[in-house]
Amino acid sequence: MEKRTIATIFVFAIVAVFFFFGILLLHPFGHPGDAQMDDYMIVHTQNETGTNNGVTSIVFDYRGFDTLGEATILFSAVAGVMMLFRRVKK
Amino acid sequence: MIEYIPFISVVCMIFIGLYAAMFRRNLIKIVIGITIIESGINLFLIILGYREGGVAPIYTSLPAGTTSPERMVLPVPQAWTLTSIVIGGAVLALMVSLVMHIYRKYGTLDVQKLRRLKE
Amino acid sequence: MMEMTKIVKTVANILFPLTLIFGLYIVAHGHLTPGGGFQGGAVVASGCALLLVAYGSQWVFTRIKEKRLATFESLGAISFITIALLGLVFSMVFFGNFLAGSTLLFGTTPATGSTLADFNTGGVLPLMNFAVSVKVIAGLFVIVAVIAYASSIKEWDQ
Repeated sequence: MEKRTIATIFVFAIVAVFFFFGILLLHPFGHPGDAQMDDYMIVHTQNETGTNNGVTSIVFDYRGFDTLGEATILFSAVAGVMMLFRRVKK
Repeated sequence: MIEYIPFISVVCMIFIGLYAAMFRRNLIKIVIGITIIESGINLFLIILGYREGGVAPIYTSLPAGTTSPERMVLPVPQAWTLTSIVIGGAVLALMVSLVMHIYRKYGTLDVQKLRRLKE
Repeated sequence: MMEMTKIVKTVANILFPLTLIFGLYIVAHGHLTPGGGFQGGAVVASGCALLLVAYGSQWVFTRIKEKRLATFESLGAISFITIALLGLVFSMVFFGNFLAGSTLLFGTTPATGSTLADFNTGGVLPLMNFAVSVKVIAGLFVIVAVIAYASSIKEWDQ
């Protein structure tokens, strides 16, 4: 095999070793550690935002700034696609 | 060791996508590999927020006896996954448009031939 | 892409209004059941993609004007920003929920614990759901229609 393939396989193996040793340092599945922010949001959703849905109140009220960034990304994707296909005749 | 099986499946998914993005020559296959990596990352975010024996964090008609926050799943990783899916879709749209322009200009989709056609 | 046979067109004629109603139900009840703006918008956009496949991309693209759809998408983004800035005007916080707990449109607060679904709750959230769903539907439909049309004609204008 050529030299480029051997170097790629070597880098692949190093990344695999790092991933597999990184898994063992995470929390076990089903028992997250300290979740104070999530417990506060679950307890106080109905008082402060007035909805029953916890996930929607986080997406639009507690962390609404991330939704603003995501709307910007959608807008820039549509602008990019329309700019790339402008000269296609109708 | 048996409680780490979901994380091992996420790592296998990332490595399948990484293999397709690094070792294939067709441009469409490289784009598909990048999309598989993004799906693996979304799965990892959902796996992080699971509590054992929990229900969805929605107060409309809960099953009986689960109102304390220790019996509900964490809601914040689900909000991050929503944003990540939309970002993945936007990146896929732009990658497909660029691949179409490359094919229209050079006539081929082989990566090793494209390195030598400098016009 | 070429159009399909009459059987496929008839089934798509039946399935598209059902998909539209289902997607708008997911958007409208975003503050009570699982769902919201992004999820319902993706469902309706998949119904529009069904229409594109059944009738052929050339037939659909000569009947919609993609500049008008892009303006529609920008209107959704502008109304989302306007609602956020109204929160700054009325309650001194950017993205503030100024309708929760008041006597205006969506103002009642639900009782704590497991309740039945009351549509009048939610504050400013149902309006934001509607704005984001308009943005997602128009954006995904424009992307799919433009790419499908540009891949079906033989030569471009260059």
